[in-house]
Amino acid sequence: MNARIFPLLLLPVTASAQGFAGLGADSDGFSTPQEPAIFDFPSDHGPHDDYRIEWWYLTANLEAEDGTPYGLQWTLFRSALTPNGGEGWSSPQFWMGHAAVTTTDEHFVTERLARGGIGQAGVTAEPFEAWIDDWQLTGLDFDTLQMTASGPDFAYDMALNAQGPIVFHGADGYSVKSAAGQASYYYSQPFYDIQGTLSLPDGDVAVRGQAWLDREWSSQPLSDDQTGWDWFSLSLGDGKLMGFRLRQTDGTFYTSATWIEPDGVTTAYPDGAFDAQPLSRVSVAGRSVPTQWRVTLPDRGVDVTVQAINDAAWMDTSVPYWEGPVTVTGTHDGVGYLEMTGYE
Amino acid sequence: MLLNVTDLRKSYAGPDGALPILQGIDMMLNRGETLALTGESGSGKSTLLHLVGGLDQPDSGVVEVDGVDIGALDDAGRAAVRRDKVGVVFQQFNLIPSLTVGSNISFQARLGGREDKAWIADLSTRMGLREHLAKYPEQLSGGQQQRVAIARTLAAKPALVLADEPTGNLDEATADTVMDLMLELASETNAALLMVTHSQRLAGRMGRRLHLRAGRIDGSPT
Amino acid sequence: MTKAGLLALLSHWRRNPVQLFTLVVGLSLATALWSGVQAVNAEARASYDAAAETLGEGQFAQITSDIGTISQADYIALRRAGWLVSPVIEGRLDGVRLIGLDALTSPGGIAPVGLNDGAMTIDMLTAGVLFATQDTLDNIAEYGVQTVASPDVAPGVILTDVGTAQRLLDMPDVLSRLIVAPSRPLTQIPLGDVMPNLTLRAPQGGSDLGRLTDSFHLNLTAFGLLSFAVGIFIVHGAIGLAFEQRRPVIRTLRALGFPLGRLVALIGVELLVISLVAGAIGVGLGYLVAAALLPDVAATISGLYGQSVSGTLQLRPEWWVSGLLIAVGGTAMAAAASLWQLARMPLLASARPRAWAMQAGQGRLLQAGVAVALLILAGVLGWLGSGLVAGFGMLAALLIGAALALPVVLDRVLAFGAAQAKSVMAEWFWADTRQQLPGLSLALMALLLAMAANVGVSTMVSSFRLTFTGFLDQRLASEFYVYADDEEQALALRTFLETRVDKVLPIQSVEQNIRGLQSEVFGPTAHETYRDNWLFLNAAPNAWGDIENGVGAAINEQLARRADIDIGDEITFSGRSFPVLGIYGDYGNPIGQVIVTKTLFEDLFPAVSALRFGIRMDADDVPALAIELRETFGLAEANMINQAGIKAFSLSVFDRTFTITGALNVLTLAVAGFAILMSLLTLATMRLPQLAPVWAQGLTRARLGQIEIIRAVLLALLTAVLALPLGLALAWTLLAVVNVEAFGWRLPMFLFPLDYARLAGFAVVAAVLASLWPARKLARTRPADLLKVFSNER
Repeated sequence: MNARIFPLLLLPVTASAQGFAGLGADSDGFSTPQEPAIFDFPSDHGPHDDYRIEWWYLTANLEAEDGTPYGLQWTLFRSALTPNGGEGWSSPQFWMGHAAVTTTDEHFVTERLARGGIGQAGVTAEPFEAWIDDWQLTGLDFDTLQMTASGPDFAYDMALNAQGPIVFHGADGYSVKSAAGQASYYYSQPFYDIQGTLSLPDGDVAVRGQAWLDREWSSQPLSDDQTGWDWFSLSLGDGKLMGFRLRQTDGTFYTSATWIEPDGVTTAYPDGAFDAQPLSRVSVAGRSVPTQWRVTLPDRGVDVTVQAINDAAWMDTSVPYWEGPVTVTGTHDGVGYLEMTGYE
Repeated sequence: MLLNVTDLRKSYAGPDGALPILQGIDMMLNRGETLALTGESGSGKSTLLHLVGGLDQPDSGVVEVDGVDIGALDDAGRAAVRRDKVGVVFQQFNLIPSLTVGSNISFQARLGGREDKAWIADLSTRMGLREHLAKYPEQLSGGQQQRVAIARTLAAKPALVLADEPTGNLDEATADTVMDLMLELASETNAALLMVTHSQRLAGRMGRRLHLRAGRIDGSPT
Repeated sequence: MTKAGLLALLSHWRRNPVQLFTLVVGLSLATALWSGVQAVNAEARASYDAAAETLGEGQFAQITSDIGTISQADYIALRRAGWLVSPVIEGRLDGVRLIGLDALTSPGGIAPVGLNDGAMTIDMLTAGVLFATQDTLDNIAEYGVQTVASPDVAPGVILTDVGTAQRLLDMPDVLSRLIVAPSRPLTQIPLGDVMPNLTLRAPQGGSDLGRLTDSFHLNLTAFGLLSFAVGIFIVHGAIGLAFEQRRPVIRTLRALGFPLGRLVALIGVELLVISLVAGAIGVGLGYLVAAALLPDVAATISGLYGQSVSGTLQLRPEWWVSGLLIAVGGTAMAAAASLWQLARMPLLASARPRAWAMQAGQGRLLQAGVAVALLILAGVLGWLGSGLVAGFGMLAALLIGAALALPVVLDRVLAFGAAQAKSVMAEWFWADTRQQLPGLSLALMALLLAMAANVGVSTMVSSFRLTFTGFLDQRLASEFYVYADDEEQALALRTFLETRVDKVLPIQSVEQNIRGLQSEVFGPTAHETYRDNWLFLNAAPNAWGDIENGVGAAINEQLARRADIDIGDEITFSGRSFPVLGIYGDYGNPIGQVIVTKTLFEDLFPAVSALRFGIRMDADDVPALAIELRETFGLAEANMINQAGIKAFSLSVFDRTFTITGALNVLTLAVAGFAILMSLLTLATMRLPQLAPVWAQGLTRARLGQIEIIRAVLLALLTAVLALPLGLALAWTLLAVVNVEAFGWRLPMFLFPLDYARLAGFAVVAAVLASLWPARKLARTRPADLLKVFSNER
């Protein structure tokens, strides 16, 4: 029952579903991202209640000592029903947490939902603390974090240390999502070293690897003719690549990408520079989902094949989507994460 | 005069209106007399027997049994006549299936309050039923059952014994034995015997003979 | 050809409309009673399900606090320790139960309210929406909160968001209890480490209500099945007769070359159509039965269990389907033997109807053996079994065993009667009755079951009523009860009353949450009235003495049951713990109740003063005093309760609660009567060869008819006599086995000979009514029809 409620909360009062999870909804009454983007840290690590939707989105590519690959996800979504509202139980803020661990043959997912205003979930900027129930992502500052999450069949406890600076996407953090100008504030910390323990049904596994944390908030991140996106965060030998393509109802795509050099210097690419084409599809949770891609960014000589470690990384949550670790081969070798939404 | 029938008429409701069965019958019978009623199927001989026995009601005419006009009696009156004056032996289903042979034999006599134990015992012995008294009718053969029926009828010492094809279901030898006994015992009790039969041979053993044709007596009584 | 065959077969019904009527009516009645009872059950169950979903009870583990409430901070702390708990707050709003839930965390959402509407969901979570049935909504004032009529919410309950409930109840940051979701995170911290003051209660495996009311429904279902069985007897009889009478037609059709398979198929289709039509009529009738019974069922259940059931009936598709299925299935069962015989009948078999109902001696022996085995099984179950299932198993074995034994026993009784007979008529009567027994035994079994159920249930109900009357005498010991509007008036009233009556007993009470359950705490004055009149179901030694000394409390059975409290357990309220020393019956009270002594009460709740008074006085002076109080204090009528009035009211409520069993009893008996009627009619035709010789030898048809009635009365009386011990055994099982499971205590069994005599009277009346028509028919048989028995042309 409650699993059905959260998508309802993402809908504006009058509209039917628009775009993926209602993200194409009107921004009436909410603040909207403006250019130029001016950030104020650490307070911008905290929530922006006057925007409709916001997330703290961490993915990690991990390896056990024997080289076995794992993927990990820790996400906290904030959704506001109205731009301003009551306190306590009447608060219009709602929180949704997703945690997952992906192995080569299994995918563990769990979800938490919470009302704002009562302390069950929230984020504070300084000291940084993001939590929902017993899940936490906390640290004295944004560079050194502890992270826990737990479900009925898995748990993890991780330590993160940033090895590089925060990077900004689009125009210094103002990330345009459509030709019509919909945009979000979007920055990342892609340089975390991560290590810790995964608790899985077969026992605890010590792992280490690299994590990528996305921060994004907006009130209308998609235009109403966009049905979903395919998003890549790839760690390649000589740099990192964030690229996405937004699928539009007319069959065209809107793409955007950021090339991140090891020292954190970024190059933003406009629509059309980055391309991703499905190579093969698999059937997951009754849907046909592409889990093998050809990803190109000619300007950087990138022409790679991206392959899911586990095709079945389906997030069977209130808002369902595909999210899982990938390996990269071709002109560049590496690992990364793939997120695909809006596959119905 | 035990039985006096005058201008007896009876019809049954048929598909095309009333179907006349008896169209004016006159006949008489005294105690000790035996009379055979013969005729084709549907000639009305069984109906005549039924009316004489108080088993059914005539449309018109008079049936006097022992001086009583049974046509004028009500249901209870006719039942009393059946109980007290008449004994009937039918071709089949004469016996009460829930009672033993012994009880069947004495039933009518006891019903009429005329039980004569010595006579009944004698009757049972002569009918060859002694060893069957505790049995139920269904355990007996057809001939035995008819003998029980005759014994039952004579046990009550009725003035008028009516028999409707009493041996019709029996083979010839058995029929003869049964017939002999019936005639013998009827004469012993000085009863009048009126018997419906197809068989010329059996009819020939009776004192008189009436032939019915289409509800009327055919020719003069012999 | 098929059409010609069908016409030939159907012509039978045109010539025998009464038979068709019997078939359809029997099947309709059977289906009606069955589906009516099922409808009542389904409706009541739907209400419980709504209630159970509403409360989240039973299905999920719960966390409660000894002090009755849990702070919201503790709730958050538990969530943050990995406990997937969901808050529940309960209270009363204008006397209606208000339940606040959090749809986001509750494992059942806020079922039974379906949240498919985004706008509604947002309103509910932020502005507040009250969900309840329209009746319930009509009973509350306007709170400036949107209301939504929602038929699936349990009657008498308002569902809303936990925040809205806190606001309306003015209980900020307070929760009543927490529902624990089945899913547990790996790293959950043990409850004792997080919140040692809270208690985890395991799920109860089916709700309390479900368990309590299961036996009641089981009772109803048993009644439904019994009625259906009785109805199937009728159908079996009618079908058997129709087959017998159609033998000549069937023989002729077959002789004319009509294939047997097609004939069987035709008859099967014909029966299917009849059963569907009769089933539809039956379901319709059942709906009416259910609609008529439902208010009584609602009263019964709310009276017995303090649980309201909505008094309106909704047409649920499952009744239609199950009703039609059972009609078709029942017909198939009843017709199977006849169809089987038809399929195996040699072409040249006699066209004359056999006495189909007559059983072979060997069958009788087998039946007696099965009966004895079942009765032994019943005895073993009664001796060794425990629990509801064993109880009902024993009942089933007992009833079926007794029903199977009935023809054998009656046969022996009739044989004995025959042996005693002096007159020839008596001899024939006994013998003939005995011969009829096989044909009537199905109907007599039906009568036996109906009567035994009647004896059993009425014994249980009457025993309960007698116990309850005594209980009322205990509980409403004062002659007069007065309620003041406020404390000032209470003081004045008390002063006024003390000079006029024998004794004023203040009744002070305060609402408290005991183990998460809303309860009332009473502090009665220690007075012999209570000591004399309160009887415990279960108590520690010297319970009243200790309670009067302030060292313990007594609680009502409802609280004990729902919170799983036993003698010696501690309950906490107002910050102090007390051992429970006594548990008392508190019939019809929906909420928990605690009694402590007056001095202790005043110690715990110094601010609470008595607004209610029990007054000991001469009962005759009550009306005068009431007038005086009204004139002096302007006391409203509702503030004064005359003991005699409340007793009468309580008893009327109580009696209403059992009208349903009464109604079902009458209906079942009526159906049994119908079965007798139809069996007699069925037998009438085949009996002519048995009756004709008797008639020919000098009995009138009228006399034969009278004997038919006497025979029916005799058989009914004999069956009644046999039903009595069976019914008493049934009653004992209900009181000593089923009641213990359903109500939690064993009721003393009282015997009601007058009731049984009346019941036997009813059975005789039913038998007379059932035999009147066949007897009249026999008395009017044309002599020609009787004479046909003897003629060669048959």
